[in-house]
Amino acid sequence: MSVQRNRVRQARAVEAAMKLVTGACAAAVMLSAAGLLGYLLVRGLPAMSWSFLTGMPLKDPPGIWPAIVGTFWLTVGTAAFALPVGIAAGIYLSEYAKRGRLTRLIRLSIANMAGVPSIVYGLFGAALFVMLLRFGLSLLSGSLTLACLTLPVIITSTEEALRQVPQDLRQASLALGATRWRTISKVVLPAAAPGIVTGSILGLSRAAGETAPVMFTAVFFLTGLPKSPFDKVMALPYHIYIMATQPVRPQPLVVWGSALVLVAGVSIVNVAAAAWRSRARKKVRW
Amino acid sequence: MVSTAETLARPKCGAFDLTDVSVAYGDEVALSGVDLRIEPASVTALIGPSGCGKSTLLRCLNRMNDELGNVTVSGKIQLDGDDIYARDVDPVELRMRVGQVFQKPNPFPMSIYDNVAYGPRTHGVPKSEMDLLVEDSLRRAALWDEVRGHLKKHAFELSGGQQQRLCIARALATRPEVMLMDEPASALDPISTQQIEDTIAELKSDVTIVIVTHNMQQAARISDRTAFMLRESMERPAFLVEVGDTRTIFTNPSDKRTEAYITGRFG
Amino acid sequence: MSESSEAKLDRSSRAATRRAAEAVVGRLISLSGWSAIAVLTAIAVFLASNAWKALSDPQVGLIRMLTGTSWYPTSTPPLYGFIQYIIASLRVTGVALAIAVPIGIAAAIYISEFAPARLKGIAKSVIEFMAAVPSVVYGLMGVYVLGPALKDLFGMQSALTALSAGVVLAFMALPTIISISEDAMHSVPSELRQGSLALGNTHWQTTRKVIVPAASSGIFASVMLGLGRAIGETMVVLMVAGNSMELTWSLTTSARPLTAVIAGEMGEVVQGGLHYSALFVVGLTLFVVTFLVNLAADLVLERQRARWRR
Repeated sequence: MSVQRNRVRQARAVEAAMKLVTGACAAAVMLSAAGLLGYLLVRGLPAMSWSFLTGMPLKDPPGIWPAIVGTFWLTVGTAAFALPVGIAAGIYLSEYAKRGRLTRLIRLSIANMAGVPSIVYGLFGAALFVMLLRFGLSLLSGSLTLACLTLPVIITSTEEALRQVPQDLRQASLALGATRWRTISKVVLPAAAPGIVTGSILGLSRAAGETAPVMFTAVFFLTGLPKSPFDKVMALPYHIYIMATQPVRPQPLVVWGSALVLVAGVSIVNVAAAAWRSRARKKVRW
Repeated sequence: MVSTAETLARPKCGAFDLTDVSVAYGDEVALSGVDLRIEPASVTALIGPSGCGKSTLLRCLNRMNDELGNVTVSGKIQLDGDDIYARDVDPVELRMRVGQVFQKPNPFPMSIYDNVAYGPRTHGVPKSEMDLLVEDSLRRAALWDEVRGHLKKHAFELSGGQQQRLCIARALATRPEVMLMDEPASALDPISTQQIEDTIAELKSDVTIVIVTHNMQQAARISDRTAFMLRESMERPAFLVEVGDTRTIFTNPSDKRTEAYITGRFG
Repeated sequence: MSESSEAKLDRSSRAATRRAAEAVVGRLISLSGWSAIAVLTAIAVFLASNAWKALSDPQVGLIRMLTGTSWYPTSTPPLYGFIQYIIASLRVTGVALAIAVPIGIAAAIYISEFAPARLKGIAKSVIEFMAAVPSVVYGLMGVYVLGPALKDLFGMQSALTALSAGVVLAFMALPTIISISEDAMHSVPSELRQGSLALGNTHWQTTRKVIVPAASSGIFASVMLGLGRAIGETMVVLMVAGNSMELTWSLTTSARPLTAVIAGEMGEVVQGGLHYSALFVVGLTLFVVTFLVNLAADLVLERQRARWRR
């Protein structure tokens, strides 16, 4: 009896110790994330001012307006190319594809696309869009490159959101004499919209923060506001990289200010998307 | 263009004639040799133990089996004399003539109004006639009094029984000749079930109804004719044992197996 | 009710239009379904075709590139040996995984098995935040904060070393490892968990003997995906690793991983030239390595999914 009790006591002690160790690891991760955010705020907030956000880089004090505008248009361009194709591919996988070798191959391609290093997308974009198609260093080349990189995220989240829509609804629509496409466009897609939008925003905000893919396809360290899709642009991530690594006249205020703007922009958009989804979910529950 | 009078005109009730109908999922024959006439303006109940092919047979009548893929239907199914599996028949058009209500209420995630208007919009009914058509359909489904004035409300705010009647109204709005119902009350409470049964009784004068049910009492209460189906073993396909006047089937069936099933369930 | 012939005609022409539209939309959607295969194939084709010039050059070639240890594009003959860069990638990635794997799995265990529900929600949001922070910002932290701190701690010559870059990469691999491992443990059916607890096992014994083994393929996949992310990461190593071409296994000296070579030199090469082509060979190498790593992860994840599917 007492042997058994000892064993239990020992097991309990081990459990408590492991709980402590694993908890410490989790806490360390959480704290470093908090530290990252705190440090960004401390270093970045002093830079925040109207002239910083809306001014030009060569003025004194310098601003980052062209970089903000460039990142905005790159993201819009990415969305314009990646959303139609990505959502259509997600619809294909969820609504049209049959189980089989081709579908398996498509899924495998998507998983592997997601793992291709971003710099490799940059090489690909430089070879195809900049050189072969002669789009040059431009908003267009950069958007197309980023669209390729974002595609797997959008396809996967679209497919997942569509799969959440109960089969009953599709059956009901078909039984009313609606065609398959009408069923998808009028019933299935609206029901899945919150999931698709949130997933797409997640993917697009990641694209907005990418540096390597646009380095040789779209950005230049100092240029004006773009006037057409064939203009090169400035972009926040690249601006941060250039300002942080440039040996002459380092400008820490610009660097940390830009970093804070980038992180805040990405986080705010993500949080808003997640909040919207959870509100939409509350309204529509299966 | 169709006139208002035409929009609201009751279509004739459809009649089905099934000749030697078999259904196979891939290589496995699930149902074979069904000969059955479904009389117009009546309620026909399909009964039998679970797995006996009732729902499979029902889904043949509006070709919803086509959507499952890998399903082959052989034999002949005629609606008012037209072969519905003929090459030139578009299943989408067929489903305007043959509506379906499912086991679980499945309203679309949109307003009550939009749910009912969904089918007619699909088939190009003009906007000017929609209000009238929606009201008429809701009235026929005995839901109008409960939802008038709240038509913009989200369909998910209705109770389960109301949702099912909304689904009936939705199906009625395409003016079908036949309405298929797959255990329409099995997910509902007794009071809602009662309401659905009342609705069915009122509807049968202007639309032919085929209902699958596992509830013997319900079949006896609401149907005019009853068909009993059975699958005796997994090795052999299901088949139609007998079909006839409901009262005859329940009081004096000609087949021993029907009697055993019915008395077993009643006893 | 008799239908007028006009109405019948109207109806049948509408049906024909509808069928045609349906067919067009279906075709377009199926075509989009191929997009992933198309892009992946295009990447492979473009990398290979642009790399071909260097691969087929008698003075360069794949063998010399993979065995050579000097990269001097401007010497005569030009030298494009990049084994030292491969080793640099291994040094940096090794550090990253040595830190991120144990901490990540432990954190995932805590979040999945021990944390109270509210803490779980917060932890997941924090991890999503970490995954959303752009890599250039992590690079910034490495250059200004972590690098200098590690320099003092280990008495290194420079703040920009393989170790510094590896530590920063660990932070970037952590969200991947934690979220996928946590998912795998979370999706172990709770009957297994309860079964073990009912036999008088503690939570920790249950985790060690039941949950972790059951989720092992998911955990493995999370490590592979974290590895893929670390090998392919560019900005952090470009900014933090220090860009030394030296061939060494030391962790406390500077390094120049494969991705940094491409990012650092691509802007200065003659497009279409030999040097340009050699950078595509480096890119192709990265592509093949990450492809294999991801393929392994995917195959294992598929097995995991099949296991709990009923």
